[in-house]
Amino acid sequence: MLKPAAIVGQVILYGAFAAFIGYFATSPTYHQIADDVALIKLSISHLGDRECRQRTPEELAKMPPNMRAPKDCPRERSDIKLEVDLDGEPLVRTVMHPTGLYKDGVSTVYRRFEVKAGSHQLTVRMDDNLVKPGFDYVKNEQITLAPRQVMVIDFNPDRGGLFFK
Amino acid sequence: MNFHAALRNGTKSVFLRVEEAFDAPFGGQDNPLRHLGAMGLYLLWIVVGSGLYLYTVLDTGIDAVYDSIGMLSHEQWYLGGVLRSLHRYASDAFMLAMMLHLVREWSYGRYYGFRLYSWMTGVPLIWLAYIAGIGGYWIVWDQLAQVSATATTELLDWLPIFSEPSARNFMSPDAISDRFFTVLVFIHLGVPLLLILGLWAHVHRIGHVDYLPTRRVMLATAATLTLLALFRPALSNPPANLAIVPGDLAFDWFILFIHPLTDLTSPAVVWSLLFALTALLFALPLLPHASAQPVAVVDPANCTGCDRCHADCPYAAISMAPHPGRPGFKLAVVDPDLCASCGICAGSCPSSTPFRRRETLITGIDMPQLPVDTLRQQLEQALARFAGGTRIVVFSCARGADARGLAAADTAVIDLICTGMLPPSFVEYALRGGADGVVVTACRDGGCDFRLGERWTSERLLGEREPHLRHSVPPSRLQLLLCSAHDHSALATAVAEFRNRIETLGVANDRLPSYLRRAPNHA
Repeated sequence: MLKPAAIVGQVILYGAFAAFIGYFATSPTYHQIADDVALIKLSISHLGDRECRQRTPEELAKMPPNMRAPKDCPRERSDIKLEVDLDGEPLVRTVMHPTGLYKDGVSTVYRRFEVKAGSHQLTVRMDDNLVKPGFDYVKNEQITLAPRQVMVIDFNPDRGGLFFK
Repeated sequence: MNFHAALRNGTKSVFLRVEEAFDAPFGGQDNPLRHLGAMGLYLLWIVVGSGLYLYTVLDTGIDAVYDSIGMLSHEQWYLGGVLRSLHRYASDAFMLAMMLHLVREWSYGRYYGFRLYSWMTGVPLIWLAYIAGIGGYWIVWDQLAQVSATATTELLDWLPIFSEPSARNFMSPDAISDRFFTVLVFIHLGVPLLLILGLWAHVHRIGHVDYLPTRRVMLATAATLTLLALFRPALSNPPANLAIVPGDLAFDWFILFIHPLTDLTSPAVVWSLLFALTALLFALPLLPHASAQPVAVVDPANCTGCDRCHADCPYAAISMAPHPGRPGFKLAVVDPDLCASCGICAGSCPSSTPFRRRETLITGIDMPQLPVDTLRQQLEQALARFAGGTRIVVFSCARGADARGLAAADTAVIDLICTGMLPPSFVEYALRGGADGVVVTACRDGGCDFRLGERWTSERLLGEREPHLRHSVPPSRLQLLLCSAHDHSALATAVAEFRNRIETLGVANDRLPSYLRRAPNHA
């Protein structure tokens, strides 16, 4: 039979246990970013271009008739050059490399940037074939970000290339 | 003493002090800190039980998952809401019990030697517990789930696992489909199942496992968590919206602390920390530690195959095999990898009785570092040396209160590896050899370093377990004291009181007839 003092002691300790669990299960609250800040997520996954070569008629003649593809396209994909400027200032300068042992997979990038909410000039340039000079895709837009808004920079050739959402 | 040993001893001292403080209201068997493993298992069963109900009402549709869980809290608060809260709070308490269990076992040096297997199998369980816990929060699909899912995938993407960043799955509201939650539920069921399987492996090389705490502790814990669930029900944050970053969130720091840590540092720091800590836990047994003691040795000629050592071994280190020399008989076999060198088997062996007349006492199973024969010699020498009025023999545990300071002309102290190695017949032998009283000290209830030493000793001396102390031994001349390493002064006081009681209670007429082993005829 428990003594009264032991019962009181147990009640206090079980109560402290409940208080500890109950408090840290919900508190203190967590605030991931400041209230006047928005988030830009740069997330692109794209297959770089392949550097194909036109086969000569002599080469084609030597090949079996069923394999006479006019272009010789190597398996490897090109690196992708990406630049992002925010309000004229460089935010990202990177070269994405293709994945895979044979460098034939997609090139990817995922970054997140906290920026002040408000109006900004956002410019993204992407070159998916480094043999050819210049950028194949460029998007330059005035954006307005609400506090805690998430804006994504993505790429989809079916949607016209680079896009913001 | 190196830094690790100093840190370990300091932590052990803190644990010991708190455990001993908790002994006052709880007692040893009900002290949750002394049974953290069993507490963890019990909390896991609460999580599993409440989780099964939540599973039955969960709608895994993208639009319905949030509402189906919220419905529990708002429309069925008396059952679903309470079970949901129990699920969350028991999960948090499980994490707490698990981490305390880890730190406690480390501080007590229980990570090498015969405990190596349990230690090694325990480390991966921490990962499984956190994977299950973090995944569980995603199912609610509120803003906390959104933060956790995004942060976890961003953390995972730092590792070269996926060809495409997994965080792309949480880029925008239309990126999530119904199937995501179906997969999530299967993961949230599968990982805990793996955890339970791992827990089985974690304890299966231990004998007499406490799978659950005492009934009183279970009831009190369940009542505490239920009251917490009623007074502070677990609720969802606002629904997830991947187009915005959530503001203030009620945050579970027991399970999701890794996300603020990542925000505060970087994925590289967090992964380095996690891998380094895991590697350190695996490598701990390689650090310098006390050398292994000789393991129990079986003497086939004196082993009767009675099975008692097999039944009493706390670490399942003893198995029974057919006796090579006696057809139809069994023989104890010791697994050296599992043997803790505690000597509890020697205390359980009926052949360990000092009344045997052989000059050299060879028992069925014995400890090379302190054979039962040496114990008998120490006792006989002590009895022969006695001078003074009330002669008391103290059998003390080397891991408990240090009794050596009590040695005097009228007090003999015999140190044991663990009190569980004391054959109860030694008490009678001491009394019949001239002692006026016998004190047996063991670790506090539930605090035996070898798990069961104090329990078996108590039961044997009370006649509840074989080999038992004969009923002819007067209880007034025996005192069992449960003392920890910090209880030296309490032990001295208790021995003095025992001596005083023997001297003043007039129990001289309950003396046992003397026994002289070397005399041809004895009374």
